[in-house]
Amino acid sequence: MAADPTGVLTGQHYLDGNHAACEGALAAGCRFASGYPITPSTEIVERIAARLPRMGGMFIQMEDEIAASITLQGAVWGGKKALTVTSGPGFSLMMEHIGLAAMTECPCVFIDVQRGGPSTGLPTLPGQGDMMQARWGSHGDYEIIALCPESPQECFDTTIEAFNLAEQWRVPVMVMMDECVGHMTERVIIPSADKLSVLDRRWTTKKPGEYRPFDVGADLVPDMAKAGDGHRLFVTGLTHDERGYPVMNHKAQEKLVRRLVDKIRLNADKIAHYEEDQIDGAEVVVISYGITARVAQRGVQIARDKGVKVGTMRLIVVWPFPETRIRELAQKTRAFVVPELNYGQMSLEVERVAAGKVPTVLVPHGGGEVHDPEVIAEAIIKAARSVS
Amino acid sequence: MAVTEIKFGGFGGQGIILAGMIVGKAAALYDNKEATLTQAFGPEARGSACSAQVVVSDSRILYPYVHRPHIMMLMSQDAYTRFSPELAKGGTLVIEEDLVNPVPLPEGAVVYKAPATRIAEELGRRMVLNIVMVGFFASVTKLLSAEAVRKAVQDSVPKGTIDLNLKAFDRGFEWGKKIAN
Repeated sequence: MAADPTGVLTGQHYLDGNHAACEGALAAGCRFASGYPITPSTEIVERIAARLPRMGGMFIQMEDEIAASITLQGAVWGGKKALTVTSGPGFSLMMEHIGLAAMTECPCVFIDVQRGGPSTGLPTLPGQGDMMQARWGSHGDYEIIALCPESPQECFDTTIEAFNLAEQWRVPVMVMMDECVGHMTERVIIPSADKLSVLDRRWTTKKPGEYRPFDVGADLVPDMAKAGDGHRLFVTGLTHDERGYPVMNHKAQEKLVRRLVDKIRLNADKIAHYEEDQIDGAEVVVISYGITARVAQRGVQIARDKGVKVGTMRLIVVWPFPETRIRELAQKTRAFVVPELNYGQMSLEVERVAAGKVPTVLVPHGGGEVHDPEVIAEAIIKAARSVS
Repeated sequence: MAVTEIKFGGFGGQGIILAGMIVGKAAALYDNKEATLTQAFGPEARGSACSAQVVVSDSRILYPYVHRPHIMMLMSQDAYTRFSPELAKGGTLVIEEDLVNPVPLPEGAVVYKAPATRIAEELGRRMVLNIVMVGFFASVTKLLSAEAVRKAVQDSVPKGTIDLNLKAFDRGFEWGKKIAN
């Protein structure tokens, strides 16, 4: 369905990624946000706090990130689309409640504007060190979805996509930005509301008494009821049955947790979103995401100028990891090169899926700036030589 | 056109970031170019040397940061001392002549000077110094069309100050034309 025009700031703007992400959230129908402002994500919170009350929404500044990450879930169960925003140190505090959102299948969006870490690290400078944390940071087995934008325009686009994916699959969805993309200002085109595709919540059509909160159909995702609409609704972080009631045994665990994992794993190809260029005949394929994918493009140009056949795959959805496609690419190319602003996170996934068919070369960088494109070019050229 | 890297420098409070924002917006929204603005974020920026960086290009910008600017617009001696050694060889310096003494001069640099503070004072508001400089910048660099930059000034400054800021832009632009003749 089309977006609600009250949240859509149609026009051409010159915005930074943080402001653009905020506009994406509002266009997607987000009407509640909670947060505990932290550099380099503060501009999102500032803007959404100013914008939400003018369209009937609400922002609450909480006492910390633990509170912010549960407050938005209360708003979701009350019927709103909701967002919280943070950076690494706050993301760490939110992990407990990300697990709760996964367990209760609460559709909500977390934006992490990544900075250099660990700990307080580099508050005003970029990093991509939270990629594995986004996937595995909470305890127990679960799946989430995560996206990585490479520009202010994509901060707008992927935040809408994040809300849509959250509603479709009922998982917490992470928008894994970074300081560079968040603070970089570029042209952002916001279309009219009727040109935007926005998913509504999967409201149940069943009557009170017939509805059970965790009954599922073929896609393994349950429909929702709004608290207060007359349905019996019980939501808990304990292992539960279709009624939502706690059941403490291995059969209930197998049934529930298997489904939480399968609803994403079995649908990973549908959720996948990536861009490829010049894959056919490529000796080397560069796999990257976020700001690094953009800088890597420059490295790819340098390597191509020196005669290397390089293809690129830019991940927009990073979790679930696009295993099917990377397995195919491992049959077509001779090496993967993975630059990222950490000392090896998504490169481990590439290596796992490549399963020894072709080598995976990490181009690490601790963060604090972006890669020098020449360094990426050198890694590509070296990888091409070593396999030719 | 190849990629043009620009650095704007001065001290916190002069409107350096706004100057960069106006040039970036003019290029990206009104002059059919690509433009990426980045700014130095840090606890040390307030009151001391601060900067904004803009990359302008006819094609997609892949690398967002500025390391060897082709053009620098500088509005304080501290910013000149810190940033001018980064200027690309044969690059252009656009300076406020009462606030910056361009010594030492980077090799091959072309310098354009304007008394922007005095012009702003003549207009009655010293605050519009940055917009006088933006007009002067547009005039001497000819990187973007005057209409595009003027339009970007118009929709970047607070309502109620638009006329004053457009006057500031025009006076800076005229000064550039005058010294070219």
